[in-house]
Amino acid sequence: MLDVKGLKVRAEGKDILRGVNLTVQAGEVHAIMGPNGSGKSTLARALAGHPQYEVTAGEARYLGQDLLAMDPDERARLGLFMAFQYPVEIAGVNNAYFLKAALNARRKQQGLEELDAIEFMALIRDKAGLLDIDQSMLSRAVNEGFSGGEKKRNEIFQMAVLEPTLAILDETDSGLDIDALRVVSHGVNAMRNTDRAFIVVTHYQRLLNYIVPDVVHVLTDGVIVRSGGKELALELEEKGYGWLEAAGAKA
Amino acid sequence: MARGGGSEGVSSAATGATVERSDFILTEYDRFVRERGGAAPSWVRELRGQALTRFAEAGFPTTRDEEWRFTSVAPIAETAFQLAAEPADRGAIQGLVADVAFDGVAARLVIVNGRFSHELSTVRPGSGIAAGGLATALAGDRSARLEQQITKLAVDGRPFVALNTAFMEDGAFVEIPAGAVVAAPIHIVVVTTSGASPAVAHPRIVVAAGANAQATIVETYIGAAAKPYLMNAVSDVVLDENAVVEHYKDQREPVGAHHIATMHVRLGRSSTFTSQAFAFGGHIVRNDILAVLGGEGGECTLNGLYFSDGRRLVDNHTTIDHALPHCASHELYKGILAGKARAVFNGKIVVRPDAQKTDAKQTNRALLLSDGAQINTKPQLEIFADDVKCTHGAAIGQLDDEAMFYLRARGLTAVEARDLLIHAFAGEILNQIKVEPVRAQMETGLYAQLARDLEDRA
Repeated sequence: MLDVKGLKVRAEGKDILRGVNLTVQAGEVHAIMGPNGSGKSTLARALAGHPQYEVTAGEARYLGQDLLAMDPDERARLGLFMAFQYPVEIAGVNNAYFLKAALNARRKQQGLEELDAIEFMALIRDKAGLLDIDQSMLSRAVNEGFSGGEKKRNEIFQMAVLEPTLAILDETDSGLDIDALRVVSHGVNAMRNTDRAFIVVTHYQRLLNYIVPDVVHVLTDGVIVRSGGKELALELEEKGYGWLEAAGAKA
Repeated sequence: MARGGGSEGVSSAATGATVERSDFILTEYDRFVRERGGAAPSWVRELRGQALTRFAEAGFPTTRDEEWRFTSVAPIAETAFQLAAEPADRGAIQGLVADVAFDGVAARLVIVNGRFSHELSTVRPGSGIAAGGLATALAGDRSARLEQQITKLAVDGRPFVALNTAFMEDGAFVEIPAGAVVAAPIHIVVVTTSGASPAVAHPRIVVAAGANAQATIVETYIGAAAKPYLMNAVSDVVLDENAVVEHYKDQREPVGAHHIATMHVRLGRSSTFTSQAFAFGGHIVRNDILAVLGGEGGECTLNGLYFSDGRRLVDNHTTIDHALPHCASHELYKGILAGKARAVFNGKIVVRPDAQKTDAKQTNRALLLSDGAQINTKPQLEIFADDVKCTHGAAIGQLDDEAMFYLRARGLTAVEARDLLIHAFAGEILNQIKVEPVRAQMETGLYAQLARDLEDRA
């Protein structure tokens, strides 16, 4: 589904990713772990097409197409979704209105009928229940005045509505209390299936107790230094990143 | 009536032309008095003469006048605008009016090329108001009442008000009797067309709301400019004690039109006046609003939304004069600028020594969609009382990159994301429009302008 080769990315004048290789198959959940500043979020944002992240080398193919040649909105309409680490507050834009526009953009791309207001409301009522989303959140402006936990739940709620093919969760667990973490994880797990893949970027092993990955990658200093099964996450929990950073420096 | 000498960048030939144009106004005035002036009562004729003298003394403003520092009216001063004639194509006028007319009005008053159209105007029987053409009213038994109101406004030193007064002939009047609550809007449509030569119209709109009266007034300015035309409008609104007037202005004239308008509002004790002013069209657009809180407990709201692109200019000058205690004013102006458009916002709040317990708030925001667009903004607080609350704020910015990315990351195209953010920006004003057909027209008007701006860039 996603095939990244030798990806190098610059942001704010600094080389952050220095050659990332990553292959994700349909149905898989990949966890990307690493210390602060290792480039985890840069990888997520570069794959989503953030204009401030400049790809200087390498390639990324998504569903057989050149991902890096696409605008961020083309990527989204092709089913790539990134849950933001810091969801943006947008005053004056109604949450439900925005989500309906996003969903219909995706459906149009898929050759499906656009949903009318009644069909859409029925759908989101359904999904809101799954994620314990208060109906009033839907009628508010996008993320405006939301608590940190509400913003993260809103991201996963959007994901549930948009039903992406590849979902990238950028530190969705940061700042969540254990109840919110359970709700979010439940939302993600409910969506796991053989056609959909997830890339879960996280700083903490804790999330992976709830969303159990197929593959764990360790990113330090802009390169993936180790990949393994879910037991790698436990090893990291125990030993920290130090031993892998040393290995990365040698490589 | 030279314009104060040749300003920089104006060649001597052009300066000569300017003098000629000013002479042209004198010639036009003579022609106006001869051909059209006779029907008016003597007080009107006298007022015109005084106004012409006033205008002739000062001439057109230049950028050396503080009030016109950022707005050059040279293209207006240098054009020989003739008083707009009866339009040749009546069908075209009807079509323009039909585009903006909506059902359920208490009255629709149509002013065509500066003159009230009896044919296109209607006042619903039993609407509870008196309304109609100003020329007829001036000549009839309303003359004395109108004299009181109009001469009070007189000529306050504003050159374009003087010019309007010198050529004052027709327009519309609306009277809402004391105690009348008129739920249906009163729609005034001002339509102007130019033919083979540049045209000018100086309509005057006179509104009086009696004690405890309540009404909604909508002024819509439209037109077709084969040649440039100048719309030089004056609106004069008086609210008696406890009256409530909601006023909307929708200015959507063609790019070939210049729009200069002054609205003077006098608020009596405990009266409430709300203005929502929209400026989307025109080339040089200048709106002056002067609101005087002349009774205790008055409340005045001035909101505005404007859009400009190309090389157009929109200038909003507002003055809220707190003359007496316990009055409140709220002001929110928002602008969207594209291309090489320029905007000026000057918001003056005067708090006189007697006006204790004044509560005044002014906010001005602008969204610049291009690097070439610019705005000059100036809050001007003149406070002579000590127990008052006055705040002002200005913010000028561009579309937020992070918000754009967020929307695009969910599948909205760059244009959809941009429109959504602009709509959100404008929504703060648009959502306050209580007359649904007007709100819908504003919204489609704004989107049409945005689409045009995109085409221009493509």
